[in-house]
Amino acid sequence: MKIAVLIKQTPDTAELPKVSAEEVKSGDVNATMVINPWDEYAAEEALLLDDRFGAGSVALSMGSEDATDALKHALAMGIGEAVLIDSSALGDADMWTTAAALAAAVKEQGDVELVLTGKQSVDGNSGALFAGVACKLGWSLLTNVAKIVDMGDGFITVERMVDGGQETVQAPLPAVVSVAKEINDPRYPSFMGIRKANRANIPVLTAADLGVSDVSATEWANIRKPEQVETEVVIIEGDSVAEKAAKLADAIMAEKVI
Amino acid sequence: MSVLVWIEQTPDGPVSSSWELAGKGRELADALDGKLVALVMGAETSAAAAAAQAHGFDTVYTITDPALANYRLSAYAAGLKQAVTAGGATVVLAAATNFGRELTAYGACQLGAGLAADAVDLRVEGGKLVAVRSVYSNNILVDIVFETPVQVASVRPRSFPLLEASASGGEITALDLGLAEDDIPEKVLESKVTAGSEVSLTDASVVVSGGRGVASDPEKGFALVTELADVLDAAVGASRAAVDAGYIPYKHQVGQTGKVVRPDLYIAVGISGAIQHLAGMGGSKVIVAINKDSEAPIFEKANYGIVGDLYEVLPALTVAFQERLG
Ligand SMILES: Cc1cc2nc3c(=O)[nH]c(=O)nc-3n(C[C@H](O)[C@H](O)[C@H](O)COP(=O)(O)OP(=O)(O)OC[C@H]3O[C@@H](n4cnc5c(N)ncnc54)[C@H](O)[C@@H]3O)c2cc1C
Ligand SMILES: Nc1ncnc2c1ncn2[C@@H]1O[C@H](COP(=O)(O)O)[C@@H](O)[C@H]1O
Repeated sequence: MKIAVLIKQTPDTAELPKVSAEEVKSGDVNATMVINPWDEYAAEEALLLDDRFGAGSVALSMGSEDATDALKHALAMGIGEAVLIDSSALGDADMWTTAAALAAAVKEQGDVELVLTGKQSVDGNSGALFAGVACKLGWSLLTNVAKIVDMGDGFITVERMVDGGQETVQAPLPAVVSVAKEINDPRYPSFMGIRKANRANIPVLTAADLGVSDVSATEWANIRKPEQVETEVVIIEGDSVAEKAAKLADAIMAEKVI
Repeated sequence: MSVLVWIEQTPDGPVSSSWELAGKGRELADALDGKLVALVMGAETSAAAAAAQAHGFDTVYTITDPALANYRLSAYAAGLKQAVTAGGATVVLAAATNFGRELTAYGACQLGAGLAADAVDLRVEGGKLVAVRSVYSNNILVDIVFETPVQVASVRPRSFPLLEASASGGEITALDLGLAEDDIPEKVLESKVTAGSEVSLTDASVVVSGGRGVASDPEKGFALVTELADVLDAAVGASRAAVDAGYIPYKHQVGQTGKVVRPDLYIAVGISGAIQHLAGMGGSKVIVAINKDSEAPIFEKANYGIVGDLYEVLPALTVAFQERLG
């Protein structure tokens, strides 16, 4: 049995505010690209499950041909193999096209029983790709998982975070699981891991190899920066803390927000 | 042609932002010359269905089945599909809660429909839905245009005004789930979903958040934050630094890797205003910062500020509001 981890390469979060509308339009974002931070939790969980259940692991990422840094990060953490799905023939792939390609790539790996994904990508922000992968594969979907309790006999049991609490759910394998941040603490790649990852050969699958075409149902239009509201802060002054607090309370009351 | 809204039930009743979609949904249905339809699913549906009626839906579909007692994706997705077919829905909406996001995503894929996840605005153009999404962690806005006959969106709470109940309801129509318990592969073994006395962060119109500034006495610091929040009927938020230090659980975290909130009033206490924190609260209407460092970046985003020690300012502010709010 094998575990597939879906990894997206995304801009470093600290550089997101600098990303311009033009860069997003052209798809050529000029930022340091890293592994999507949420996907580190998925990679870590694959490693922990490998220890617990002796499952092999493979990282899959769809992106442009040079988008291998995120996969190398996963390899450096200890993931067994990595495969890049080259998106260049798939246009402005939306989540369903991406899901179709990744689902096909999962099948290509053979004996995969579990697909692990992050909770959402810091650029696309959909938190939906995994639903598409589960739907296209016809597998169980468990989202926001905080703990994998058990796996075996054709079933997986997990604890998941839901609004207002937590629940323990069992579903048949194979399954697609998106992980929550509560699930683990991702390890840092070791020096040896980084060396190994840098030497690794990362095979590339094309849309043609996978037999998928662009099935996008949505398009991004009118890409723009949110309006920047220029605020000039009013610092409340006063002779005592009580006076400042009273003035601030008055100012807030006058805004009619409470 | 109709606009279908899933009304999610919780132990506290229907998710309140469903009533935002009642108002916005009416506008969309009018623009599409179609009906506004609600879907209520559960082991019990009568109270939520009556509430939906009172919020002006033309038709309220109910699917009442013991198998729907707990939310389970495959069962709820089957129910959603029934209602979409029964109502001839071309636009499907739900509040972007955890379940709402999951159900709309999976449901859209099953229906061969396009999805706009966590949309912040909706309109109709050329007979189709256009949804505005905030991407790149709130640094870019895009219009999602659909190429599919059915268009699905989950909608971020507090995107639209809440529609008041007016008791001018349409008919209630019961549908069958069409599934037996054995057809539903997932089993909920245990559910610790509690009816909340806490105000939910994403629905709150006022949020008071604490940060690492409480480090010298975190217990007292968050007690003071909570006291102010109680007076203002506000939810309590936190920075990641406060969460990572263990002062308060992760579910309170506001920011890029926490919750995105858009309250009318956001009070940041002992929070410096890092980019990743701003990503979660920058859309608030009025921002107030309390920080002892007048150079803290949060003051560049704030409308009002007090430069001072939170342990002194918070009690005074709580008293000031008590006097004004009674
Ligand atoms: C990938 C990534 C994701 C992240 N996601 C998030 C996120 O979702 N949310 C988030 O918040 N952060 C996030 N961060 C962390 C973020 O970069 C900051 O580190 C964090 O927001 C800082 O929290 P803080 O403002 O509480 O702490 P600090 O930056 O340490 O600020 C504390 C402030 O308190 C003030 N202060 C100290 N004592 C007092 C006192 N007695 N009275 C009044 N003021 C006082 C100080 O002047 C200071 O301004 C993320 C970072 C990364 C790299
Ligand atoms: N292009 C991609 N390649 C591999 N995995 C992806 C890709 N896009 C999204 N994912 C996975 O799906 C999760 C949710 O992404 P999203 O729906 O874009 O928010 C991410 O955390 C990744 O694990």
